[in-house]
Amino acid sequence: MSAYVNLLIGLAMGLNLLALGSSRMPSVIRIVAAQGVALGLVPFLMEERFGWLVALVAAGTVAVKGLVIPNLLHRAMRATKIDREIEPSIGFVASMLLGAGGTMAAVDGARLLPLLGEHAGTMLVPGALASIFTGFILLIGRVTAISQVCGYLILDNGIYLFGLLLIHSTPLLVESGILLDLTVAVFVIGIIMDRIQRAFDSLDTRKLTVLRE
Amino acid sequence: MTAFLEVVLRLAVWLLLAPILPGILNKVKAWVAGRRGPPVLQLYYDLARLWEKGVVLSTLASPGFVAGPAVGWVALASAALLIPLGPAGGPLSFKGDVLLMVYLLAAARFCTAWSALEAGSSFEGMGAAREVSYAVLSEVALITALLALCVQSGSVTLSAMLAPPVGAGAALLAAGLFAVLLAENCRVPFDDPNTHLELTMIHEAMALDHSGPPLAVILHGASMKLLLFVVLLSEAVLPIRQLPLLPGAAALAGSVLGVTAGVGLVESLLARFAFRRVPLLLTTAFLLCLFALLLAWKGGAG
Repeated sequence: MSAYVNLLIGLAMGLNLLALGSSRMPSVIRIVAAQGVALGLVPFLMEERFGWLVALVAAGTVAVKGLVIPNLLHRAMRATKIDREIEPSIGFVASMLLGAGGTMAAVDGARLLPLLGEHAGTMLVPGALASIFTGFILLIGRVTAISQVCGYLILDNGIYLFGLLLIHSTPLLVESGILLDLTVAVFVIGIIMDRIQRAFDSLDTRKLTVLRE
Repeated sequence: MTAFLEVVLRLAVWLLLAPILPGILNKVKAWVAGRRGPPVLQLYYDLARLWEKGVVLSTLASPGFVAGPAVGWVALASAALLIPLGPAGGPLSFKGDVLLMVYLLAAARFCTAWSALEAGSSFEGMGAAREVSYAVLSEVALITALLALCVQSGSVTLSAMLAPPVGAGAALLAAGLFAVLLAENCRVPFDDPNTHLELTMIHEAMALDHSGPPLAVILHGASMKLLLFVVLLSEAVLPIRQLPLLPGAAALAGSVLGVTAGVGLVESLLARFAFRRVPLLLTTAFLLCLFALLLAWKGGAG
């Protein structure tokens, strides 16, 4: 059981690095969607017995992260007619090496944490730390708003992995609330990007330092 | 005496079988494109034709212009002899032969670049500069992959090292080594062997001014290098060496064919990358091998 979970989380960690290395916007969105699907399947595999709560959370996560959010992002991309090439402020090779270093540090650092016995053998905590770190690199190292949204989504995937440690203690309402928040956030960001594009003729966040009427 | 005979026999196998790989590759590419393509044995005809031609020497060229290909070819043949062939093992196996193999490959590259610079043409210099700057990255990935195999088997002998890991480690290693294979042999996402534009060539640019027997030696050496990397990839990933003799040989031949067909498919389906994107791909290969190394080192938890 835990071998499959580790495989999925390892896959998500690989997708982290791919997201850091890819230079086109649609492929980053696809990578983030694939990561959401992979992590959405994790609760299914973590359980010994089939439970409705876990099944609902998993199905909801896969649907929202794999279908709804990528669609919203693709639509926002089409609406704003932005450049498909990503312009990095931290280069692709550098951010990939940084991400790989962070992943290794996460795997090694998670051993030092006092985890429960049932969580110590899985990659949940290293995967969560690595995804959060990757999200931060994407947020810092890309200049357009839409790639920063992707960084935010990867960051959220990391937090979601942390949340899986507590899946039996948090009520279903909290999980579904987080998913709903995320969807609305991406939806709103899609609208905001359109506005930014009209007001500033660019989605480059470095130019958003001057207020305009 | 039998040991000596075995070495000669193996050398003959390597030398005679190597030129068939580019032929298979071109057949796969032609088949995907819906053409008939050149015969599988085309490189043999080319080598025979080149061998009978004369050599045109530049007035600038020193003896290194001819010595470079020759020394490089000998280095590649020696490196090939170190690789164990399936269940039969390696004839010259000794402790630390993996290091010798890496250095022989580096020596072959040095000789090719050296003889390219001897031609005194700027195109050759450009090709040599590109070849060497890609090698900086692809050698790191290759050495990391070999290190992963060393750590995993606890040995520095090639015949003991090539006992493959299972599961995620093998998959990472396979992907990393395949990218190294494509880069080292100047195959498509890195270089286009069919290009006729000197400005974008890498390996071909280094051989532009070579003619006759030296060019034949360069072409044959390149095909031997391709076979070497294909065999290395197959044995590093698939458990061929544990099989008995005949099924092992069949499995090795099958996986060599499979990998070659895979390279052909990659060449048919991908366009070559822009130069500035190549370091990214090679860094990816390095990271794949690095994670395979960590997996071998830290065990299942890493």
